[in-house]
Amino acid sequence: MSDVFPKWTNRLPMLLLVGLVMAGTAVVAGVWYYFTPKYTRVGYQPIQPVAFSHALHVGQLGMDCRYCHSAVEESWYSNVPSASSCMNCHNQVLKDSPKLDLVRQSAATGEPIPWVQVHKVPDYVYFNHAVHVRRGISCVECHGPIHQMDEVYHAQPLSMAFCLDCHRDPASRIRPVDKVTDLEWTWNSDPAIAADLQRVNGEKFVHDWNVQSLQNCSACHR
Amino acid sequence: MSEHVIHPVAPPAELQRLPLVTNNRSFGWISDRVAAIVEGKTPWWWWVAFVPSALAAGWLLVMLAYQISTGVGVWGNSHPVMWGWDIINFVWWIGIGHAGTLISAILFLLRQRWRTAVNRAAEAMTIFAVMCAGIYPALHVGRVWFDWWLFPIPTSNAIWPQFRSPLMWDVFAVSTYFTVSLMFWYVGLIPDLAVMRDRARTRIRQFLYGLFSLGWTGSNRHWSNYEKAYLILAGLSTPLVLSVHSIVSLDFAVSQLPGWHTTIFPPYFVAGAIFSGFGMVLTLLIPLRKLCGLEDVITMRHIDVMCKVTLATGSIVGYAYGMEVFIAWYSGSPYERYAFINRAMGPFAWGYWTMIICNVVVPQLFWFKRIRHHLLIVWILSILVNVGMWFERFVIIVISLHRDFLPSNWGYYLPTWVDITTFLGTFGLFFTLFLLFLRFLPMIAISEVKGVIPQADPHHPLGDGSKGGAH
Repeated sequence: MSDVFPKWTNRLPMLLLVGLVMAGTAVVAGVWYYFTPKYTRVGYQPIQPVAFSHALHVGQLGMDCRYCHSAVEESWYSNVPSASSCMNCHNQVLKDSPKLDLVRQSAATGEPIPWVQVHKVPDYVYFNHAVHVRRGISCVECHGPIHQMDEVYHAQPLSMAFCLDCHRDPASRIRPVDKVTDLEWTWNSDPAIAADLQRVNGEKFVHDWNVQSLQNCSACHR
Repeated sequence: MSEHVIHPVAPPAELQRLPLVTNNRSFGWISDRVAAIVEGKTPWWWWVAFVPSALAAGWLLVMLAYQISTGVGVWGNSHPVMWGWDIINFVWWIGIGHAGTLISAILFLLRQRWRTAVNRAAEAMTIFAVMCAGIYPALHVGRVWFDWWLFPIPTSNAIWPQFRSPLMWDVFAVSTYFTVSLMFWYVGLIPDLAVMRDRARTRIRQFLYGLFSLGWTGSNRHWSNYEKAYLILAGLSTPLVLSVHSIVSLDFAVSQLPGWHTTIFPPYFVAGAIFSGFGMVLTLLIPLRKLCGLEDVITMRHIDVMCKVTLATGSIVGYAYGMEVFIAWYSGSPYERYAFINRAMGPFAWGYWTMIICNVVVPQLFWFKRIRHHLLIVWILSILVNVGMWFERFVIIVISLHRDFLPSNWGYYLPTWVDITTFLGTFGLFFTLFLLFLRFLPMIAISEVKGVIPQADPHHPLGDGSKGGAH
């Protein structure tokens, strides 16, 4: 019987197998790294129309988040302040600075500043700021160290896994309600002691405040 | 005292087993005749069947594109009948597949030698039927691009499929079934692919058959490994014959709807699946044995045996229908009773009685040998079996859903033209694949059929005694 295939083709099945395993591993690793919000969303940092620095206002001057985002404790939505809030100070401070042209113009005409939204959950997700803030979930948990950012960037993935990590274990994140907007706050300067205190107090808060941290689908997908 | 001699007495003619290949055909004849279907000129009937099938398969693609781009609203599924033709056709197609696995696995383990003439074609039928079936659940979820959520993959959603749902088990059952059936079919094909390779007259045929025959030489070692692999796959497939349709039945039985919430469902579905599968095997093979000149390989004995299997499984199905009605009365549940009264006398009673005639009355005709040996009647009855089995799923799904506990929740169901032509399209896909199989692969397991003819037995007068073992 004549050979249909030359002898070297005997090595092909093994080579193909090795190649397929390597290609499969590469595809899985690639999807794992590049296709999740940890890669696609974290680090998003659009240039805003006004060079407003949270690092200056919050980090250096010590303003409270709620001075500008005043509805966050009452509403599902954390408002972006209108220019009139800015003008409370800036009608005195830097009142002729060209950097604030757009703010003054907005305050005068009522035309809003076209801020670029950084943190955005999809339309099919219901997220309520008030219920989180009033039950001891700090701004920093989702928005990252805003008080250190000159230009705001997306610090956390805000994926479903990110939400569920906390909803499955709220005691690991919950803190005293009056410390919610204190982004630097910890239980103790020693991380080990802080972790112990977090566990003990976290479980107490979850119990005392009746924190439900719902995990049924319709809690968020209404 | 004279020496006592036992004279072997042949059993009377009517008790003798008929040979599995008639007209005393030789090894060479079997190879030539089966290979001729692949090697010869394309017969006219092949084109007559293939062109409409391919067109219908093309239409299936159009309908699927329309459904995906527009949404499931193009189907007739609507409140309260949220499962319509999509699930009926899924269950129907997947049921048809079961005969192939039964023939290839269970009958192999039971040493039913007649299986060799029909197993290849029946396994091909299984694989193509499961493909047609798989289209429906994949499409009926609505957003097909999320089908991968059916599989337990760690994602950034940090949730898993619902492992307590039979719909989840379905995914595993059907995908396992398809994979194992495909493996079984392919492993069985290897020696015959080598036959086709060795007979090939063109380079391209030699290359392709050579590629897929994996360097088969027919050595003793190859045969030994092959037999082991085949036995292992038969062992793996055997539980699948029972498990796949049991799990499909749990899609219904686990819910609390009257007419679905029944413990008899798993065995009743399995019997029904084998019943419909044998119906389809008969529908396909009765014309094919004639068109391909294989009357000596797929003999009247084969047809007769398959009719008997159809009769047995059909009787089990009939018993299950009776038991369902009895339990509906015996349970004392008014909802359960109403569900069955509504089946027989409600607005879809025509569907119920079609089912009863085709699935309970028709198979009983196979008690008569004259009917089992009349090919045209067998062929027509085999089609009626599958009409009946389609209506069985229609009765279970549509009639149970259209009137549940609250009369304010009642409605009627009508399929749309998209439902109907999509179903016709799946026939196109099935027959396109089956006709391609006929034309490019040996439709009879050549090596296995050779093993069951008298000449293969060295003790037989027709066997080759010179090769040892003869008296």
